[in-house]
Amino acid sequence: MPAVSKGDGMRGLAVFISDIRNCKSKEAEIKRINKELANIRSKFKGDKALDGYSKKKYVCKLLFIFLLGHDIDFGHMEAVNLLSSNKYTEKQIGYLFISVLVNSNSELIRLINNAIKNDLSSRNPTFMCLALHCIANVGSREMAEAFAGEIPRILVAGDTMDSVKQSAALCLLRLYKTSPDLVLMGEWTSRVVHLLNDQHMGVVTAAISLITCLSQKNPDEFKTCVSLAVSRLSRIVSSASTDLQDYTYYFVPAPWLSCKLLRLLQCYPPPEDGAVKGRLVECLETILNKAQEPPKSKKVQHSNAKNAILFEAISLIIHYDSEPNLLVRACNQLGQFLQHRETNLRYLALESMCTLASSEFSHEAVKTHIETVINALKTERDVSVRQRAADLLYAMCDRSNAKQIVAEMLSYLETADYSIREEMVLKVAILAEKYAVDYSWYVDTILNLIRIAGDYVSEEVWYRVIQIVINRDDVQGYAAKTVFEALQAPACHENMVKVGGYILGEFGNLIAGDPRSSPLVQFNLLHSKFHLCSVPTRALLLSAYIKFINLFPETKSTIQEVLRSDSQIRNSDVELQQRAVEYLKLSSIASTDVLATVLEEMPPFPERESSILAKLKKKKGPGAVSVNELEEGKREGGELNGGGERGGDSSTSAVGSTPSPSADLLGLRAGPPVTAAAPSAGSLLVDVFSEAGVNDDGFLRFVCKNNGVLFENQLLQIGIKSEYRQNLGRMYLFYGNKTSVQFVTFTTTLNVQAKPVEPLIEGGAQVQQVINIECLTDFSDAPLLNIKFRYGGALQNLTLKLPVTINKFFQPTEMASHDFFQRWKQLSLPQQEAQKIFKANHAMDTEVLKAKLLGLGMALLENVDPNPENFVCAGVIQTKAQQVGSLLRLEPNAQAQMYRLTVRSSKDTVSKRLCELLAEQF
Amino acid sequence: MIKAILIFNNHGKPRMSKFYEHYTEDTEQQIIRETFHLVSKRDENVCNFLEGGLLIGGSENKLIYRHYATLYFVFCVDSSESELGILDLIQVFVETLDKCFENVCELDLIFHLDKVHNILAEMVMGGMVLETNMSEIITQVEAQGKMEKSERLQDVFVEFSHQDLLDFYNQMEMIQTQLTR
Repeated sequence: MPAVSKGDGMRGLAVFISDIRNCKSKEAEIKRINKELANIRSKFKGDKALDGYSKKKYVCKLLFIFLLGHDIDFGHMEAVNLLSSNKYTEKQIGYLFISVLVNSNSELIRLINNAIKNDLSSRNPTFMCLALHCIANVGSREMAEAFAGEIPRILVAGDTMDSVKQSAALCLLRLYKTSPDLVLMGEWTSRVVHLLNDQHMGVVTAAISLITCLSQKNPDEFKTCVSLAVSRLSRIVSSASTDLQDYTYYFVPAPWLSCKLLRLLQCYPPPEDGAVKGRLVECLETILNKAQEPPKSKKVQHSNAKNAILFEAISLIIHYDSEPNLLVRACNQLGQFLQHRETNLRYLALESMCTLASSEFSHEAVKTHIETVINALKTERDVSVRQRAADLLYAMCDRSNAKQIVAEMLSYLETADYSIREEMVLKVAILAEKYAVDYSWYVDTILNLIRIAGDYVSEEVWYRVIQIVINRDDVQGYAAKTVFEALQAPACHENMVKVGGYILGEFGNLIAGDPRSSPLVQFNLLHSKFHLCSVPTRALLLSAYIKFINLFPETKSTIQEVLRSDSQIRNSDVELQQRAVEYLKLSSIASTDVLATVLEEMPPFPERESSILAKLKKKKGPGAVSVNELEEGKREGGELNGGGERGGDSSTSAVGSTPSPSADLLGLRAGPPVTAAAPSAGSLLVDVFSEAGVNDDGFLRFVCKNNGVLFENQLLQIGIKSEYRQNLGRMYLFYGNKTSVQFVTFTTTLNVQAKPVEPLIEGGAQVQQVINIECLTDFSDAPLLNIKFRYGGALQNLTLKLPVTINKFFQPTEMASHDFFQRWKQLSLPQQEAQKIFKANHAMDTEVLKAKLLGLGMALLENVDPNPENFVCAGVIQTKAQQVGSLLRLEPNAQAQMYRLTVRSSKDTVSKRLCELLAEQF
Repeated sequence: MIKAILIFNNHGKPRMSKFYEHYTEDTEQQIIRETFHLVSKRDENVCNFLEGGLLIGGSENKLIYRHYATLYFVFCVDSSESELGILDLIQVFVETLDKCFENVCELDLIFHLDKVHNILAEMVMGGMVLETNMSEIITQVEAQGKMEKSERLQDVFVEFSHQDLLDFYNQMEMIQTQLTR
């Protein structure tokens, strides 16, 4: 007999559904639905009390109507009433309605909570499960407040039924996700971890999701789960396919649970205990061995389940990245899958190999599959798979194979799906730049890129090629020749015109010797594209023309003619008109010497992280760029309250705003200054948009103190007073005018929000600005403060790093020696520690050092370190999201005039940042 | 975590949707349409995974789907789930439906939506997997079916009081004894 009997449904509901299905048009359907809604509404409002059965029927109809995409704005009360029925069917439909339709409507939630409370204490397992389901589905704050204390008790109680335990585990997980602060595990921790040993596999299945999530958040407290997980896994892996009865899925014992166990282990480093580790390695080997055994069934479900486990095992091996033997086996296994006839396996193999490519043990092994991957890129029918292949090519690229890979990616671009073109373009541009040994190859690649996929070439890409050409004089002649040839094409992309205009304007002279590319030919070629281009490009071309006048005096009359024409000098676009007028005047008034100075070749750009890379990272989020050397510029995940605009985002469109032509000839005006990222070692190149102007001398002085002078020059003095409490801070900025003249239109902009400041500062006067700060999560980049004002006629522009550093949010923690070392040991993961050895910059005076460490905000602990010369400190960083405990040890070596600084904290980014900040202080 | 489970037919008509994260009703409908658009244009025999649509979080999330006869079963999951594992889960879900409805077809989902929700609730809760063992799931569903049935019987009997019933049986016995005589 089927578990769901078909004939006994509600007749009214079946009739209604049939009616809807018979509707010939959308209008008819809406009409029928509205009729039904009116009917139900009148029934609900009517005088006659409805019995449970009718209520259930109407609620079911509402559910059905909701699924068809219609708004349901009533019936909630009736559903809540059904909850308190003691009939299962009515209660159940009430809960269903609420799970599907109620999100946190606060008035109702209170009523719902009451019903839930009754059901939880009913000791009827079915009712308890319904209630737990409802909490997990709605998961609102009010529910967490009401039940977060009760549910752990249900979960670990000895007399709770298994099915209720399962529901309780997932319910608790849901509450933990929505309101972590309300779910206090403390006393339950060990009993929850031991659910991994539960007799009932279903309980383990549910509990493991909970434990995995809790372990990610509090790895130390849940550490004991590692050995339990290993032994559970080992029991499953070594069991015969019949041992686990119902949990065997197509001859594979408990595949889902195995996957989840392997995932849980990926939250931790390899087990330290030798026996546990040995057992785990044995499991992993068994899983790899099983992959080679003949299948026990021909059904796809069998191989599917088996491979699900295999892929998780491989992920774990890659995560540990410490067993060369297993890594090579994993790589070989994936290599086999690359050619498997199952598309799913090819897809997953490409995906896993991407992570494998960044491991030093296996990078070379991955590279051997290059031909297969290229083939996949060319022949796969499925765009998802091709995209993975492109990702893998990007990840496996290094100096030895860059040319081949870039060429393949370029040829793929011609036919690539529109959805992934922009990303592909960025990747090609990055690889070409990163592995360019020979810059003519780089220039060729980028020009090809523009030719093939011009529409998808973002500004960053063409800015970048120009920066590189400007900075490398060995490639300038080649670049000029190549763009000149590229521009010959009858239809070329506007981006090509931009690059061409810029490069010929700077370096056209290098190819002018050839009569086929004489100055006039170059000019005519550029000008033939002029009318088809957008305003910003035309503005750029006008700048190129004036540069031509300087480079080739013989073109002067022709160009002046063009500038003088009505279409330029009376152009309706202000920017174009202004350029035409000013350039024309400049060329006719200024002497050759002045022209030569004003229109001199662009100076090399200062080195900076590639803006393209920043763009790709922005597009894909941190972690997407997994090639080893790129770590350097890793985007820091922190943010301050209100921080919307961050560093890299602010490189705004350069051309077409209103620059003064003399300062900014080719329209490549420096954008708003960008976070002064440390020049990354990996990138040999530079960026148009870095302005060296971010001033951070003052910044470092404030790491260990809160008040003082941040900046001072002849005009302006900026003083700071600040105070911090827990994760909040308030900063007073004092702007003092040192001159006797007014500063007018005084503005400050901060990449976090600030109250506006008085726009006018009288001579000798001071204005004050207050900034409230809230630390949401840990961060590395300081907020930037941009100050602009007019002094006399001149615009002054200044960018400062605001001295808000993560250590400002420290709460000092006093602890005894024993506690300190115990915690020190707990923070033993390699990434939790950051260490620096550095030379003393100041005299090594104990009292001064103490004062600085106290200023840092941590507690300076006496009598902890066995060596009295050393300093140890402890503190907790308060952010809105979490608290990060940190320990610090500073070991001075007076003889060598060196320090060794070690920081350990529960979050790796924090340790790193603290270490960086402090290394400059002593 | 499973973000959403969607079932729609070859024409994109939704047959069941269950979201484990909060979206407005409008967005939910748009997500269903977007997902249908992404999934339905794919050939048979391509892989069962693709990146999620923009509305449901783009490349952070994956769509893992299976196509059975007239219906698409789509699970939208984040990176913490095993792709093949989810594929197995879909299979378990469908096999369970098949056992519960005896040869399940699209019409069963239409007319017994509440039951489909119940079955799913025995497998997935708050976006996490509760149970993967089919016989366990079916046992639970059957237990619920029995409870429903017994409640229906109660409905029938509730109209007679005990005294009525007693009289009724007494009469029956009387009649029987008369007949056998």
